[in-house]
Amino acid sequence: MTDFAQKAYTLETSPSLKRRHAKEARFKWYGRIAITIALSFLVFMFGAIFLRGMGAFQQTKISIEVTFSEQVIDPNGVRDPEILALANYKPILTAALTRTFPNVIERRDKGRLYKLLSSGAVYEMGKLVSDNPDLIGTSQTIWLPASSEVDLFMKGKIDTSLPEELRRIKNQDITYIKALKQSGQIKKKFNTAFFTNGDSREPEMAGILGAALGSFFSLLVCFMIAFPLGILTAVYLEEYAHKSKLTDLIEININNLAAVPSIVFGLLGLSIFLGVFHIPRSTPLVGGMVLALMTLPTIIIASRASLRSVPQSVRDAAFGLGASKTQATFHHVVPLAMPGMLTGTILGMAQALGETAPLLMIGMVAFIVDIPQGVTDAATSLPVQIFLWADSPEKGFVERTSAAIIVLLAFLILMNLLAVFLRRKLEKRW
Amino acid sequence: MKTAMEPSVDLTLRHARCSTQIKELAIQSVLIASSLVAVLTTVGIVASLAFEAFRFFEKIPLTDFLFGLEWSPQTAIREDQVGSSGAFGVIPLLTGTLLISFIAMLVATPLGLLSAVYLAEYARPNTRAVIKPLLELLAGIPTVVYGFFAALVIAPIIRAGGSGVGFEISSESALAAGLVMGIMLVPFISSLSDDVINAVPQSLRDASLGMGATPAETITKVVLPAATPGIIGSLLLAVSRAIGETMIVVMAAGLAAKLSLNPLEAVTTITVQIVTLLTGDQEFDSAKTLAAFAIALYLFVLTLGLNVVALKIVDKYKKQYD
Repeated sequence: MTDFAQKAYTLETSPSLKRRHAKEARFKWYGRIAITIALSFLVFMFGAIFLRGMGAFQQTKISIEVTFSEQVIDPNGVRDPEILALANYKPILTAALTRTFPNVIERRDKGRLYKLLSSGAVYEMGKLVSDNPDLIGTSQTIWLPASSEVDLFMKGKIDTSLPEELRRIKNQDITYIKALKQSGQIKKKFNTAFFTNGDSREPEMAGILGAALGSFFSLLVCFMIAFPLGILTAVYLEEYAHKSKLTDLIEININNLAAVPSIVFGLLGLSIFLGVFHIPRSTPLVGGMVLALMTLPTIIIASRASLRSVPQSVRDAAFGLGASKTQATFHHVVPLAMPGMLTGTILGMAQALGETAPLLMIGMVAFIVDIPQGVTDAATSLPVQIFLWADSPEKGFVERTSAAIIVLLAFLILMNLLAVFLRRKLEKRW
Repeated sequence: MKTAMEPSVDLTLRHARCSTQIKELAIQSVLIASSLVAVLTTVGIVASLAFEAFRFFEKIPLTDFLFGLEWSPQTAIREDQVGSSGAFGVIPLLTGTLLISFIAMLVATPLGLLSAVYLAEYARPNTRAVIKPLLELLAGIPTVVYGFFAALVIAPIIRAGGSGVGFEISSESALAAGLVMGIMLVPFISSLSDDVINAVPQSLRDASLGMGATPAETITKVVLPAATPGIIGSLLLAVSRAIGETMIVVMAAGLAAKLSLNPLEAVTTITVQIVTLLTGDQEFDSAKTLAAFAIALYLFVLTLGLNVVALKIVDKYKKQYD
């Protein structure tokens, strides 16, 4: 007994209790640390992408005075916009550059001088002239895109301390750029081309409009298929069906489809939609169909939860007034469940917008310059465009890839906010 | 008060009821038809994969495929080419896939479980309301973004760190892909485990706390053991997700099919091979393209098996406390 009395501690002095409390505190910190690691990764990733991508929203442009000589552009004077767009503008540009730098005489030096401008500058001129044929015969000072190397140099992304042979920008180019800077003829301007152009081999001419429209058309097809199908399935399973072998089969299928790897859906599209039904390859139509099958489970699961939350009294009231099953369901229950269904659909669409792998399988991964006009034009999508640019060896594409990611994330955040807004505003708590 | 009108009213009523019934039937069949699309999709997936895979196994024996240790799908383009008969052993792909998934789970399991425990047991409702959506944001980011980040930022960091301590690390490594994939899986594990932990009855906690256990002891000795089946289910679902993940590995893991367990080397996965075999131009009937369907079938069976087991476990667990 005396032994025990000696070892009797108070709550404050017990070493084992102290240890246990220390353990308690440590355990709590493990959780905090885990959350901090995950969230700091998120911040790190967003930060890294933003820092890299912001540069792409600006593009270096060079201002030169060009003479739109009729002899070069349209010697026959037909003024056909197509001819104007594709005329040979190169001599006009070289002449203009030579006039800006009258001291450059050597052939080799001239060659480097001409490379200051993007090789896409001629297309910009073509667009300008075909939109406004009155320019022919006049002299104008216009801003034209600089080449990707000049752009990177202006943004400080070229290490000038490297020996000259290892750089794409030579010392000679730097003297030209400095001269242009002094006369205010080279400037970073807002990169409209990034939002209005399709894909291009030249980073400075590449834009996301084609990919964004491809995504839009795919999502449109996806919505038109998945939304009605999803809702009707949910209505059947929740309102009409009695538990049977058939409903069990359907439910198991839906749960498993939700967990099938996305690339497998791409293979389904490849062998059935392309192979059996011969839907044109690389189009938003087939892309949207594949995405629809993928988002279907998400929409069904959300819609069922929404239908389940509508109280039984609504149905009973409708039946009591003599409504048929269909009337009760489609006049009363479905409208009340609609906000929840829409929220689920928007979240499903957001998921579809970010999907890449299945689209690679059905050929939406080609290099496509033209901007798609409808669901049957060949197109890519935003995430596929990101994948393609990330793969490109051109250094100028790094910031454009990041910028495209910023745009994609912006769309995703918008869609998610819309879903949250719908849920807050329209959803009823019963 | 029977009048001559009565029978005709009855007739129109009966007529109306009849047409309503037809309408109801029609609508019901439309509903059933749309519900069957989900079933048809599964049938379509299985049929298309099995059909092409069957044609593949007519050319390559099944045992060579399942147990072959070499993967080099370069079949001869011309008859007279040498040394390009093609080898279609799936084992190197499987080890690559499992290696990356293992690294990913090594990252995701502790982070996901600890976050879930903290959110479910310790966090105040306000903190929870902020942290949970932020974590779930990680799940909403497209995988192509993770892939870009892994290839552009994480891989160079790992490489620089490796050469700092004298390791030669290739620019594409299983480690970079696995780490980033692990972060992607955190919200997946944490939200599933969160549900599971919340489903443990409060009475168990109260009993443990009442006996004088600290909250941490209650969690590790009572709540987590009670939730173990559900947690295992959620981990299995995450593994299945990791195995089927495509873009991160396509962009960060590499193409070389080596039978290696070294996380610093470039390894390839099933999904990467499907993408490389099927993008680009080639004729549809070559063993190469058919091989893509065979490994896709393999992937489908693998993930389906994991999912079925995982869902069964979670289901059983849920019923335990209902």
